[in-house]
Amino acid sequence: MTNPTASPSPPSASTSPRRWSWGAVLVVAGVVFLLVLVGFQLVRTQRGVQVGDRVPEDLTLTTYYGETYRLGDLRGKVVFINFWASWCKPCEEEAPFLQEAWERLEGRGDVIFLGVAWTDTDAKARAYLERFNVTYPNGPDLGTRWAQVFRIRGVPETYILDRDGRLAYIKIGPFVSTQEILDAVYQVLGEQ
Amino acid sequence: MTRVRTGWMLLMAVGLGVLLLFPLTSPSYVRALTPTFTPTPTTPVATRSVTDDEVNAIAKKLYCPVCENIPLDTCGTQACEDWRQLIREFLEQGWTEEQILNYFVERYGERVLATPRPRGPHVLVYVLPPVFVVAGVFLLFRTLKAWRTAAPDEEEGVLETGSPASSEEDPYRKQLEEELRKRL
Repeated sequence: MTNPTASPSPPSASTSPRRWSWGAVLVVAGVVFLLVLVGFQLVRTQRGVQVGDRVPEDLTLTTYYGETYRLGDLRGKVVFINFWASWCKPCEEEAPFLQEAWERLEGRGDVIFLGVAWTDTDAKARAYLERFNVTYPNGPDLGTRWAQVFRIRGVPETYILDRDGRLAYIKIGPFVSTQEILDAVYQVLGEQ
Repeated sequence: MTRVRTGWMLLMAVGLGVLLLFPLTSPSYVRALTPTFTPTPTTPVATRSVTDDEVNAIAKKLYCPVCENIPLDTCGTQACEDWRQLIREFLEQGWTEEQILNYFVERYGERVLATPRPRGPHVLVYVLPPVFVVAGVFLLFRTLKAWRTAAPDEEEGVLETGSPASSEEDPYRKQLEEELRKRL
């Protein structure tokens, strides 16, 4: 019995292996490399600063009363950064604890509280500050620059920087007591 | 040769696109987008009554960062309500739509705009999609054309190999037909 499959059949032109020139390989490799680079950059941007990372020194907060605080100028102090908004109910619950903690720490001179109003309107934010008698510096997050650096997910959120300007503590959600705030600050100060 | 050149051109176009888009993700670009806040002086202008439609016409061009993917005119959160109230106050003071949008961009960042402005690197958002569509159509056209010219060649190739068309010339077909006849 003859095997029909044994019949010789010449390879057609379409099945011949395609040859890649070195130039094409280099271009493809370059594009893949760039895509990986873009992906890496995107992930890094989305991640935000992590504990141990240095926070950009040029972050500046202009308060509702016209004072300006630049992170780079606060080196040597523990910086307590609290994101809040006047429409945020948990922020209202947290506000008295923050103010009390600030009153107890203000005299030390090596701790500073900064309140950053996120996506708030000036009138509402000012009314909020007056309502809770907040005396530490507070200002709007202009251009949501601060929120982008820390990649905040909502309010309230608190970030504490150590004396070297590195992120040392993160609190997502409200503090539930003055003592909890003090403990967090003392922990960063290394006094606990 | 032409097809190879087309492939090269496409690869270079993609590479160029990636190169141009890369700065969009860098922190320095994000910083560049963040303008320095310069409080806009409020000039004493006689207030006028503003309708909800006027407010919503501007609000729908904005997105509040709190509630992503919901335009400001339909968002029901307190934050968005505050923003709409702000728009109303600005309109009452006689601000134009452009002034109001500028204020929100200055205050809350470029990301609050529903459609990015065709300025700076944002131009790419408007330029690149049509470029890629045109490149895609061109590539499709070239591929279809290549297929149409390749098809007759393949037929010729089969004939040239000496594959016979009739059973008299093809021993395998002849054998197959005989086998079938025996079974019937």
